[in-house]
Amino acid sequence: MEFFLISLLNGVTYGLLLFMLSSGLTLIFSMMGVLNFAHASFYMLGAYFAYQISTYLGFGAALLVAPLVVGALGAVVERYGLRKAHRFGHVAELLFTFGLAFLVEEIVHLVWGKSSVDYKIPEYFDGTLFTLFSTSFPIYKGFMMLVSVGMLVALYLLLTRTRIGLIIQAALSKPDMVQALGHDVPKIFMLVFGGGTALAGLAGVIGGNAFITEPGMAAAVGSIVFVVVVVGGMGSLAGAFVASLLIGCIQTFSVGITFSVTDLAALFGVRLEDSSAVARLTVTQLAPVLPYLLMVAILIFRPRGLMGARES
Amino acid sequence: MSEPMLVIRDLHGYYGKSHVLHGVNLEIGQGEIVSLLGRNGVGRSTTAKAVMGMVAARGSIRFKGQELLGRKPHDIARLGVGYVPENRDIFPDLTVKQNLMLGMKSARQKGRWSMDDMYALFPRLKERENTPGGVLSGGEQQMLTLCRTLMGDPDLIMIDEPTEGLAPKIVELVGSFLKEVEKRGISILLVEQKLAIALDISERLYVMGHGHIVFEGTPADLKDNEAVRKEWLEV
Repeated sequence: MEFFLISLLNGVTYGLLLFMLSSGLTLIFSMMGVLNFAHASFYMLGAYFAYQISTYLGFGAALLVAPLVVGALGAVVERYGLRKAHRFGHVAELLFTFGLAFLVEEIVHLVWGKSSVDYKIPEYFDGTLFTLFSTSFPIYKGFMMLVSVGMLVALYLLLTRTRIGLIIQAALSKPDMVQALGHDVPKIFMLVFGGGTALAGLAGVIGGNAFITEPGMAAAVGSIVFVVVVVGGMGSLAGAFVASLLIGCIQTFSVGITFSVTDLAALFGVRLEDSSAVARLTVTQLAPVLPYLLMVAILIFRPRGLMGARES
Repeated sequence: MSEPMLVIRDLHGYYGKSHVLHGVNLEIGQGEIVSLLGRNGVGRSTTAKAVMGMVAARGSIRFKGQELLGRKPHDIARLGVGYVPENRDIFPDLTVKQNLMLGMKSARQKGRWSMDDMYALFPRLKERENTPGGVLSGGEQQMLTLCRTLMGDPDLIMIDEPTEGLAPKIVELVGSFLKEVEKRGISILLVEQKLAIALDISERLYVMGHGHIVFEGTPADLKDNEAVRKEWLEV
């Protein structure tokens, strides 16, 4: 019970963080039809910017400023990079974002070095929020949850209750028609790209110190975010939300389960005498593979994802 | 005499690498209904799209004295050109009301038309106000897309095959709707394949063939000119 509740809390915290990344990615995808390979790079930039800002002005300032800087950078990338590449088709756009991911990584190497930086959780967030049986739940995780849920509510209200949200929703499926009605769709694209990357930056700010801020963080989280978007269904926000929580929970639960192949065989009454590496494999060891297994299964049995609308 | 609402001179239009329009000349006066007729693939829709800035084109398109070529579609829409595409392109997941709201170019716009005007013209839309556009019937979708464009308060509205696939009763409704729009001084370019509705409501007609205009005249002229009808319109 204790294991279950704590894993659930951790899973949801991680899942919400994943959603902060995947929501931007999936919005950008459904609008422009291009998968932004550099999306996780903006997450990494968010973490590094927050580290840099917090050394001068503290964490509070970093939390506000870093996502804005990342979002502005994203908007500039769209306006002066992606929009130019767009003319040459999707392959050019894809290659552009692919190259951008490498570029960001190299820049991070140059500026902050190849090893991790000392981006720490601020002291006032050290400590325990509550203790469940014998395991403590840190204040900072509670704070992460709070920020994520706040962002979720804000995003929902923006998309469903405002005029700009209505235009974004319409432009998701029929950008040409929206433009013919007199709305500046290229500007909307730029805003969505900027907004999506700002969310990735925010995820970096609160995730970078909870985990670790190093040049490999973009690649590590990037692949998981793609899994989320594929499992949820390309272009579906609701799907991305469900898939984020699902994968967040799968990862945290599986890390804590020491059930092995030998145990599984024993369940079926088979005693594995042979103590080979395969027989000793536990769920914990398989944890990093599980999201990808899920993705492959989804692609085989439900190619459009849990809630995706299009068959591709 | 002041310049007509829309003046198209020597317009060449392209779809990718294929050259579709070969020097189109066309004029629409203030508050005039003009039809553009012709068989499929002769360039009628491309002409409308070129005015809207949606295809590559050269030549000249002047609207209220301003050159449109080179402008972006949203810019052209903001100058007062409305466009109702052939496939209607309603937003299927949004409600009827939201579709109409998207027709407005800004939140504070005060145009000739209000949401209530639309509902008065088509009470059916009022009944289905909160229904997603995607579940409406073909006729209802056509009304919705016409009203949505009107919400943007255009001075010229280009309508591509509004009666395609609709029941005769609905076609009649669309016809009287267009007359109503014209009464308020709005010019209409009707892109059609069906001769009947065009002869019925237009003041002037153009017939297109192979990417240029092959006939220009009044409905009476076209009725008298069997050769043009035979060669360019009848199947």
